[in-house]
Amino acid sequence: MALVKHDARGLSFRELNERLHRLVADGIDIIDLVNVNGHRYIGTGLAKPVRLNIYGTPGSDLGAFMDGPEIRVNGSGQDAIGNTMNSGAIIINGDAGNVLGLSMRGGKIFVRGNVGHRVGIHIKAFAEQVPRIIVGGVAGDFFGEYMAGGRMILLGLDRRAGQPVVGDYVGTGMHGGTIYIRGKVEEHQLGKEVGLVEMTEEDYAVLQEDLAEFTACFNLSLPEIMREPFAKLVPLSHRPYGQLYVY
Amino acid sequence: MLNFLPSDFSVLIEPESCIKCRRCVRECSFEALVFRDRVVPDHSRCVACHRCVAVCPSGAITVVRNRLAFRQNANWDEEIIKNVYKQARVGGKLLTGTGNDKPYPIYWDHLLIDAAQVTNPSIDPLREPMELRTYLGRKPSRLDFYHDAGGGFKLTTVLEPQIKLETPIIFAGMSYGAVSLNVHRALAAAARRAGTLMNSGEGGLHESLYSFGENVIVQVASGRFGINRAYLERAAAVEIKIGQGAKPGIGGHLPGEKVTGEISKTRMIPEGTDALSPAPHHDIYSIEDLRQLIYAIKEAVRYQKPVGVKISAVHNVAAISSGVVRAGADFVTIDGFRGGTGATPTIIRDHVGIPIEMALAAVDDRLRQEGIRHQASLIASGSIRSSADVLKAVALGADAVAIGTAALIALGCQMCQKCYTGRCAWGITTQRVDLTDRVDPEEGAERLYNLLRAWSLEIKEILGALGLNSIESLRGSRERLRAVGLTGTEMEILGVKPAGR
Repeated sequence: MALVKHDARGLSFRELNERLHRLVADGIDIIDLVNVNGHRYIGTGLAKPVRLNIYGTPGSDLGAFMDGPEIRVNGSGQDAIGNTMNSGAIIINGDAGNVLGLSMRGGKIFVRGNVGHRVGIHIKAFAEQVPRIIVGGVAGDFFGEYMAGGRMILLGLDRRAGQPVVGDYVGTGMHGGTIYIRGKVEEHQLGKEVGLVEMTEEDYAVLQEDLAEFTACFNLSLPEIMREPFAKLVPLSHRPYGQLYVY
Repeated sequence: MLNFLPSDFSVLIEPESCIKCRRCVRECSFEALVFRDRVVPDHSRCVACHRCVAVCPSGAITVVRNRLAFRQNANWDEEIIKNVYKQARVGGKLLTGTGNDKPYPIYWDHLLIDAAQVTNPSIDPLREPMELRTYLGRKPSRLDFYHDAGGGFKLTTVLEPQIKLETPIIFAGMSYGAVSLNVHRALAAAARRAGTLMNSGEGGLHESLYSFGENVIVQVASGRFGINRAYLERAAAVEIKIGQGAKPGIGGHLPGEKVTGEISKTRMIPEGTDALSPAPHHDIYSIEDLRQLIYAIKEAVRYQKPVGVKISAVHNVAAISSGVVRAGADFVTIDGFRGGTGATPTIIRDHVGIPIEMALAAVDDRLRQEGIRHQASLIASGSIRSSADVLKAVALGADAVAIGTAALIALGCQMCQKCYTGRCAWGITTQRVDLTDRVDPEEGAERLYNLLRAWSLEIKEILGALGLNSIESLRGSRERLRAVGLTGTEMEILGVKPAGR
């Protein structure tokens, strides 16, 4: 295990990422990045299973097109985290912004706090790759929009009284994958392409496993989280837009 | 419901010539021909793709327009009446394939090219070197040199990545899914042989074509299909697809039936699921967001290759292009409203967008006015039909053109506009193995290479007539074009004088 600490202060994102590439090429596999302040694209194009510990607030597109690394953010993230990511892990102690996990195909993104709108848009699974997004707090509108595969779990922890766990239009255009939401989701919050179905034992087994991983990351109590019931959302059709045309 | 819809075509089979070999019946993928004691046509199924005509050994088949007459009406013409019948029956959006077929003005055909006479000599391209080489990519604002004591010098400016083309013609983005793998193979092989590029389109690149990466632009579209590190790293360049001339502002939709084994692997989605490309990229709602994605890709390829953006020609294309260039695009592909498609709602194809000629001239002007024309190469597409169109596009300001429809015609496409049915009898826009076998990738590559060679020879011929020995010298030189039959405003936009001036 080769470990270095690197200061991001005063560096442009291009300089910082170039240094990361060089460190990784030199065989460093754990990098502590301090004073990160809005630097974009951290982890983009890194293809080794290295670990980046970020202290501060990384900029947008954290881990975009990422293939392998594990990023831990001790702070909050911005928009488009894990954009078109192929594999690896992004773990965020704080909150995250909009379009988190856009079109990701593999790996996992765990957020302890809240997330913005259009989170998990168009995430898709392929063969043995099953992307997972787990959010500890609440989410905005269009959660899981166009979702084509994978799993998204929303826990709604630490809510203010009366605060909904998720915004409107959940799963609009969804045509694959599964969304689990802890607590109650009203019919009017759903997109017209998704439906609420009964939770099965199998579902709880899946949740148990995923959330064991999640709670271990953030020092949370798994039994406490599992005490509340979950809602399961699945697409009503794998072909939501089939009957619109005439030849 | 009684079907009001008369057939579009009639298939005529001369009984004396027909040898009853039934080849036409086997080859007709639209099932318009059956054999009883003789070949019997179902006219209503005929799309005029001419496959039967081409394969008939005795020349017994002709396809003609259905002679059934509607009363002459310049307003409610036959197509409009038929569309109402179709929509009243099914209640859906009309779907079509290929580019806009309506009689809008084609400005290429109103532009004439100059030639040298007496006062400046023309050049004979048969005997003198003629340069078509074109470099795509961001050019520097200035060049700095280091001069050493011995009188030698060295370029010290760091150049941005460039792609070398041997001819200013590349193949347009057509996805594996819209076209067959054999078509992609033919395009890749022809691009390599001709020293130019194909474009993967938005459906990923089949693994067997990764070795052609140096001749491939790969696309990143809103569906993000088939994109991983290897895809980005193998390519010569990456193009963010925002829009397509045939369908500006709308998404795409490859139906689940077409997502077969190999397509599923290439797009990296499960078999049989619809491949939905959302209308916008959901990480791009502004020029600033576009910049963010351009640089995400530049970071992913570590600034080793150009990253471009493809947009449809729309009303504000000049201002948009300026933003795209300022966002960091190394090339901008502008696709005019006559550009082709595998499937799009007819109403969009026929009524949305603007002609490439106007868009190109407006964009080139705007980028020059702002002093940023050198920061990005311009690729024009959207119905480039001949070497003359290529040359006129370059004179209007394009660095290169992209051809899609012309390339498919080279492979046998008869422009029947039924790409979206998945039944293409010529094996081009289908995934049915019995049909895709009809395009032999090697023979296809030969035809595509021949087309590029032929057009390149013609371009050299015209350059020689213009007294130029390099395509670079013609770029943006609108003085070498004259207009016939255009209004003053049209000429002003195109930046050309009328013939005689």
